[in-house]
Amino acid sequence: MLDLQKIVKIFNEGTVDEAVLFDGFDFHVKQGEFVSVIGSNGSGKTTMLNLICGADAAQEGKILFRGQDITMLPEHKRAKFIGRVFQDPKAGTCAGLTILENMALADNKQKHFGLGFAINKKRTDHYRALLEQCEMGLENRLNVKVGSLSGGQRQALALVIANMTDIELLILDEHTAALDPKSSETMMYLTDKLIRQRGITTLMVTHNLRHAVEYGNRLVMMHEGNIVKDICGEQKQQAKVQDLLEIFNEISIENGNGV
Amino acid sequence: MNIILNICRVTLEEGFMYAVLALGIYITYSILDFSDLSVDGTMPLGAIVTALLILRGVDPWLCLLISFAAGAIGGMITGLLHVKLHIRPLLCGILIYTGLLSINLVLLYLFNNGTTVASFFRLPTIFNSGLAALIPESIGGTHIRTLVVSGIMAILCKVLLDVYLKTKSGLLLRATGNNEKYVTLLAKDPGMSKILGLAIGNGFAALAGSVIAQSRGSADQQMGVGMVVMGLASVIVGLSLFRKLSKLQATTMVILGSIAYKAVLSIALALGLPTEYLKLLMAVLFVAALVLSGKKETHKRRAA
Repeated sequence: MLDLQKIVKIFNEGTVDEAVLFDGFDFHVKQGEFVSVIGSNGSGKTTMLNLICGADAAQEGKILFRGQDITMLPEHKRAKFIGRVFQDPKAGTCAGLTILENMALADNKQKHFGLGFAINKKRTDHYRALLEQCEMGLENRLNVKVGSLSGGQRQALALVIANMTDIELLILDEHTAALDPKSSETMMYLTDKLIRQRGITTLMVTHNLRHAVEYGNRLVMMHEGNIVKDICGEQKQQAKVQDLLEIFNEISIENGNGV
Repeated sequence: MNIILNICRVTLEEGFMYAVLALGIYITYSILDFSDLSVDGTMPLGAIVTALLILRGVDPWLCLLISFAAGAIGGMITGLLHVKLHIRPLLCGILIYTGLLSINLVLLYLFNNGTTVASFFRLPTIFNSGLAALIPESIGGTHIRTLVVSGIMAILCKVLLDVYLKTKSGLLLRATGNNEKYVTLLAKDPGMSKILGLAIGNGFAALAGSVIAQSRGSADQQMGVGMVVMGLASVIVGLSLFRKLSKLQATTMVILGSIAYKAVLSIALALGLPTEYLKLLMAVLFVAALVLSGKKETHKRRAA
């Protein structure tokens, strides 16, 4: 469903700091896949997500979504079919608005934001049901400002909000990285539950190797703008954190960073 | 006694009129988080457009709407400069203000025989025609009609704004000021939302210009000087002074802020402050308001 073709991405092009990240990068995601993407810092994971969402543009190459060329489509137009949860819990919600207001806005996604009243009381039961899945008691706090929630609660809300409308692709950008270990586990449990329920195609970037191994049905490891490991199916199920760590070490030694 | 009553009346009248302006600044500064200086230009634009139209026999109530539209166009251009050309908010405002200095003068030059002040004394205004004519001009020797009309204008603007902020479009505007990324996630262009907010904010500023011009019976470019400072101070004074009364809506606090601000100016003038010092006092009050609200914030942070 998603095709990145011959992507060329150069940072600071034409300056002394020029750095080529992608040079003819290809990547393909099938319908219904839950892909965990791992890799060291600077391997191009987040840049890849930014290119897919339209937050960043490549110098060359094409991005196809369901066969349609979306390379030139602006970020907010891609958001119609792509949902995203950021690493920063503050990014996916509005702190100054209440949970109810945040959800009412998200509920109107893909529709016109006109002069009708934003909050439809009849929808609040539906919102409560969605929030109950988080098992955090958020359903009883609809009129609380989102800014007063904890990071874990805000991130759970951001995830629920990203899934409120019929998106076709969910992008998780290290969405558990800023949370404490307990919240991080809760968040992954909730993520997996939501994805299974809706069978939504997902791309998850993570630094947590255990999450990458335990969740999803495909695992991709990136290094310096290339995919160095790509496993799915049975191979993925048998993958172990230890194996992945070894690959990380090998790469480091190749680069002269070995101990 | 009569003098004090008179000062109170004038303070309330002016407080209400400038509250319309402050509501406009509340939209750009508080809701949209955009420091917009174009108000110094759009406020007199509304005043001058109104004066020129009234001189040509246009209905004064209709002039309010036309002035709002004129100000909204100014605000839209401010927004376009920022969103499409990526110019910083402060600079956008300065550019629009500077451009409007000429436009306002050209308007006066072309349509008012080259004079720089457009006077329309004794012509129909919102203070003496239409429904306003039904309000008794004075009770017990005190002129009240201006007070009633300006009060109704301020409250009407407040209610309209409150209702708007509850609509989908209004909530999206609040979200834009809060977290632009969220608006992008909602598949909406935050830039368009900003342009809309600036249009509404400057529409209110021009509307205030129209009301103030009609109360004076004249309009000129000078009216706009210091409007940003006055409007911002009203917003900040209102929101910080009345924050403890949390039951009050923010828009009500802005109106009260405008009245409180005008009250301080009136008292200073009544105590014998020469009018030359008025703008200086406005600036000083603004600093005081900033310090006042800033202190409260640090207290809050410490408590948190």
